[in-house]
Amino acid sequence: MSFDAAFQNQNFKSVGTRPLRPDGVDKVTGRARYGADFNMPGQLVARVLRSPHAHARIVAIDTARAAAVKGVKAVITAADLPDLSNGDKALFNILDNCMARTKAMYDGHAVAAVAAIDEKAAKQAMKLIDVEYEVLPHVVDVDAATEPDAPILNDAVFTTGIDPAPTTASNVANRSEFGHGDVEAGFADADVIVERSYRTEQTHQGYIEPHACVASCNPDGTADLWVCTQGHFVFRQNCADLLGLEVSKLRVTSSEIGGGFGGKTHVWAEPVALALSRKAGRPVKLVMSRDEVFRASGPTSATSIDVKIGATKDGKITAATATLRYSNGPYADIWAELGAMTSFACYDLKNVKTVGFEVLVNRPKVAAYRAPSAPMAAFAVESAIDELAQKIGMDALDLRIRNAASEGTRSSYGPVYGPIGIGPTLEAAQAHPHMTAPLGTNQGRGMACGFWFNFGGQTCTDLNVNADGTVTLAVGTVDVGGSRASLSLVAAEELGIDYQDVKAVVADTGTLGYNDMTDGSRGTFSSSMATISAARNAIAVMRQRAALTWDIPVEDVYWEDGHAKAAGAKYGNLAPLSVKEIAAESGNTGGPIAGHSELVADGAGVSFATHICDVEVDPETGATSVIRYTVIQDAGKAVHPAYVEGQYQGGAAQGIGWALNEEYIYGEDGRLQNPGFLDYRIPVCSDLPMIDTQILEIPNPNHPYGVRGVGETSIVPPLAAIANAVSNAVGVRMSHIPMSPPRILAALSRQKGE
Amino acid sequence: MSSIAVSTTINGDDVEFLCRADETLLDVLRNRLGLLGAKEGCGTGDCGACSTIVDGRVVCSCLVLGAEAEGRTIETIEGMANGSELHPLQAKFIEHAALQCGICTPGFLIAAKALLDVNPEPTEEEIRYWLAGNLCRCTGYDKIVRAVQDAALEMRGERA
Amino acid sequence: MRYERPETIVQATHLLAEADSNAFVLAGGTDLLVKMQSDGFEADLVVDIKSIAGMGDVVEADDTFVIGAGVPCAALGENDALVAAWPGVVEAANLIGSTQIQGRCTVVGNLCNASPAADSVPALVAAGAKAKIAGLGGTRMADVLDIPTGPGKTSLKKGEIVEAIVLDKPLARSGDAYLRFIPRTEMDIAVVGVGINLVLDEGGAVQSARIALGAVGPTVILAEDAAQALVGSKLEETALDVMAAACSAASHPIDDKRGTVEFRKQIAGVLARRAARIAFDRAGGN
Repeated sequence: MSFDAAFQNQNFKSVGTRPLRPDGVDKVTGRARYGADFNMPGQLVARVLRSPHAHARIVAIDTARAAAVKGVKAVITAADLPDLSNGDKALFNILDNCMARTKAMYDGHAVAAVAAIDEKAAKQAMKLIDVEYEVLPHVVDVDAATEPDAPILNDAVFTTGIDPAPTTASNVANRSEFGHGDVEAGFADADVIVERSYRTEQTHQGYIEPHACVASCNPDGTADLWVCTQGHFVFRQNCADLLGLEVSKLRVTSSEIGGGFGGKTHVWAEPVALALSRKAGRPVKLVMSRDEVFRASGPTSATSIDVKIGATKDGKITAATATLRYSNGPYADIWAELGAMTSFACYDLKNVKTVGFEVLVNRPKVAAYRAPSAPMAAFAVESAIDELAQKIGMDALDLRIRNAASEGTRSSYGPVYGPIGIGPTLEAAQAHPHMTAPLGTNQGRGMACGFWFNFGGQTCTDLNVNADGTVTLAVGTVDVGGSRASLSLVAAEELGIDYQDVKAVVADTGTLGYNDMTDGSRGTFSSSMATISAARNAIAVMRQRAALTWDIPVEDVYWEDGHAKAAGAKYGNLAPLSVKEIAAESGNTGGPIAGHSELVADGAGVSFATHICDVEVDPETGATSVIRYTVIQDAGKAVHPAYVEGQYQGGAAQGIGWALNEEYIYGEDGRLQNPGFLDYRIPVCSDLPMIDTQILEIPNPNHPYGVRGVGETSIVPPLAAIANAVSNAVGVRMSHIPMSPPRILAALSRQKGE
Repeated sequence: MSSIAVSTTINGDDVEFLCRADETLLDVLRNRLGLLGAKEGCGTGDCGACSTIVDGRVVCSCLVLGAEAEGRTIETIEGMANGSELHPLQAKFIEHAALQCGICTPGFLIAAKALLDVNPEPTEEEIRYWLAGNLCRCTGYDKIVRAVQDAALEMRGERA
Repeated sequence: MRYERPETIVQATHLLAEADSNAFVLAGGTDLLVKMQSDGFEADLVVDIKSIAGMGDVVEADDTFVIGAGVPCAALGENDALVAAWPGVVEAANLIGSTQIQGRCTVVGNLCNASPAADSVPALVAAGAKAKIAGLGGTRMADVLDIPTGPGKTSLKKGEIVEAIVLDKPLARSGDAYLRFIPRTEMDIAVVGVGINLVLDEGGAVQSARIALGAVGPTVILAEDAAQALVGSKLEETALDVMAAACSAASHPIDDKRGTVEFRKQIAGVLARRAARIAFDRAGGN
């Protein structure tokens, strides 16, 4: 059935309220089942042996002694995961990352795995796997990897995106470029130019739940996988491809997910668990340790970014450029490209150019992390904007407003914007009492803007009207933070029934059509669109049933306030039929009532935010505390405002950690020094103030309710907002994230020495 | 290796179990007793997801041996509600949207309960420092702190 | 691995003395169980000492406090007399880890784990604390200062167990303090820790001082030059400057994931100034 996704201004009854989430009781009583909370009869315990070297050729692996350990049921190496990629480079990279084939590319890269009857036997077997390594020179630093004498990670990688094509291998996998106008001419028109280089260190999503799965390859050729994932359909496809299974024979169930933030969009250990199960002939449970999560899942890029911005004295930006080098880990991806696309997306620029370089290093494969690549670019650009304002002698907020993009602006990455929220968030910031609150000694205030594209994608939803008139909604996007509540609200709204009468569940891959990964802030956006569509389809069925009941033409039945109503005076004596009444008769009117929806959710509206923060810096120790923080972001329409606020607050908190203390620290030996929550320092409760939020609602024209994704943008501004606040507090421009106490104190010492 | 027989009290019930000497209390709860509410986020006492109360003190069950449970009194998240009646903290966590993914929630609830048991009227700062050993990556802690404050208020009977 | 829960200290010392290798004392377990998680660590015998009488007690006598090896640090903060007498020691002990860790960790464990960054150790050293050590041949006393000999290493002999920490009652007109620097507000290992104990004369000037530095060397450092710089002063800026510089000079830290040499040396002086002021105030100075 055709579906009109256009925004229709309407008064909401359910959407915009704050009911209790349907999975709340399970989660406060310990009954909710996460990745590690599922068990199968006869299941084995898996452990993965990982490379202690940053870069090493695997000369030989002997598993005989390990396999002989009592209780060990399977030992596998890359040989047990044959290459079925058939020229698909992306698939090969996934395979190689799951289990190193010829070379270990980073500290923590899997080289073998064991399945045994218990932890003790598995641990013993791990020690008896003999791996002969030829240690190779390594490089972990994003800039060092681009030097001419850097060790080359992959002889088959030649930089793409440059003309003529190079003839020597390089750690720079790709060059991408975006922009328009003539930047040289623009800089010539500038009265003031700011030019600076920035660095950000590698961070991890830091979800509290380690990757976990239970895999069972069955004697009949079918297989089951229980796993914490952001996209069980994509995991099914990846695992089926890597193991040579037919997609229909692998059923993947997504458990409750203990945080993902992009980090659970990639398969890591799941194909390994399936391969172990296939070899052992028994179910296998594989749970990563925290150490493994840090060393061998997918952190975000470390970056090195050069920014140049020119403006006239009255604050009009005349030209802007950015060169962005992003570490990718050992496999080429599009992280710098995303950074290059987002860099200047907040602004209306006549002349702009951004260039991204994907850099291969001996670190774990980079994965998505909440608005991937945007926070680092925003850090560099928004720091430079602040510095530019200071140089011009203009208020930084006024400068941003002066140059903000608006409807009709051609974005720096190409598309022309529809109605967008950057201007309104800036104006809301200007009016916010936070901007004018007094500051104390050693305190500083900073602000910054952020942008994220948002995605839509393939989505499938089933809506079943039960005989008692309640509704079961089966969705294929994963509930990462309250989406079952939001989607139930949407179903209730569209059908005109109570929220309490809708129960949303996340369906497994065997019971629903394909859904893309729950990423790109698409969960509520796209599944709500599919839910509306499914509900409208169910309403069409219910109108038919009412027509049948009344014996009138269906064209004369309309839907209003949760009831089928007969149109026109001639049916004046027909009492409206409620969902419950129609459902109760469904057995006599044509059987079960359901609405299905399959669609590609296009038109995810772009998202903008403006953050304001106050910090206090101890000038003697360099310690920074965030003392006030405000998030202002456009939600399009906040379906469940409490969980929208939660997304704003959570993203800000992750950004605060990134700005101040989180970083991957590598030793000279190329090994990760801090693979644990003790020394990978995410914010703790006492580190943060309350995080104030202001939700703006600028409707997305491409969604019936105006919804935009809200999950990611909130992590984009904090790095810059805090850097600007710290710089304002101490009078030194901080250009290296994280601004850990030693870095701040060293900057202060350098300033004193000058 | 012979197993150790342990007699203990969990959520008010007498419980006996066998465990290996090197098994943690968390391993025992999850793998031997089917009490899956305590989560392993780190295994090294840094995240608090496995928080349980042992003889009145909140501890990380990943840093307690199963054998040490002998003769102790243990409280886990499974025993927090009184039958189908949620503890005020549990109700307030849902009401305030103080959980997103929920993996840290059992640990937070146990730690917060231990706080309110000894300090029924904590300040925001006291709540934040007491809960500093419980990591949450989703919420930024804001709604968690508010839920604890509100639960404390309700438990003190200061709400209309 | 074998788990033993002896009921006397004699049984405990014998178990440890007779063990072939890889034998460990278990008190709070907050260091031992972390080590047990790592693949490279082997424990063949763990001796849980918490069932031994007295291990869980803080005993106040006429002139001492005796803190049993099984007393969780949280319990120290609940002991009003101890808090009043040695606030710096208690603060240091209460800084170790989270609320959850506080429910288990012990000052004796903190000492015997022999981490250079142990929070309670500089405070104990500044306070002149002693360790009561049980062994096959009976008990002996040793200065806390002399227990750690390097990272993870102690002067304890095979079969010896520190059964208690003994603190003298503080002298009149004395006060102690402990400060540490960490990047976050909680949950970190000290980047630098400074314990200070000051005794004032009747005129309110510093009569004697002990300053101990943590995390700036392989073991806790007793900074005698720094202490000397305060003697005779009322913490005038000049005296504090000399003291802070002496603390920095006495520090021999390393660069690691928690801090740089330069940073640690500088912070040692900064914290010493701040801690000295607190201790001075507690001693009744003005």
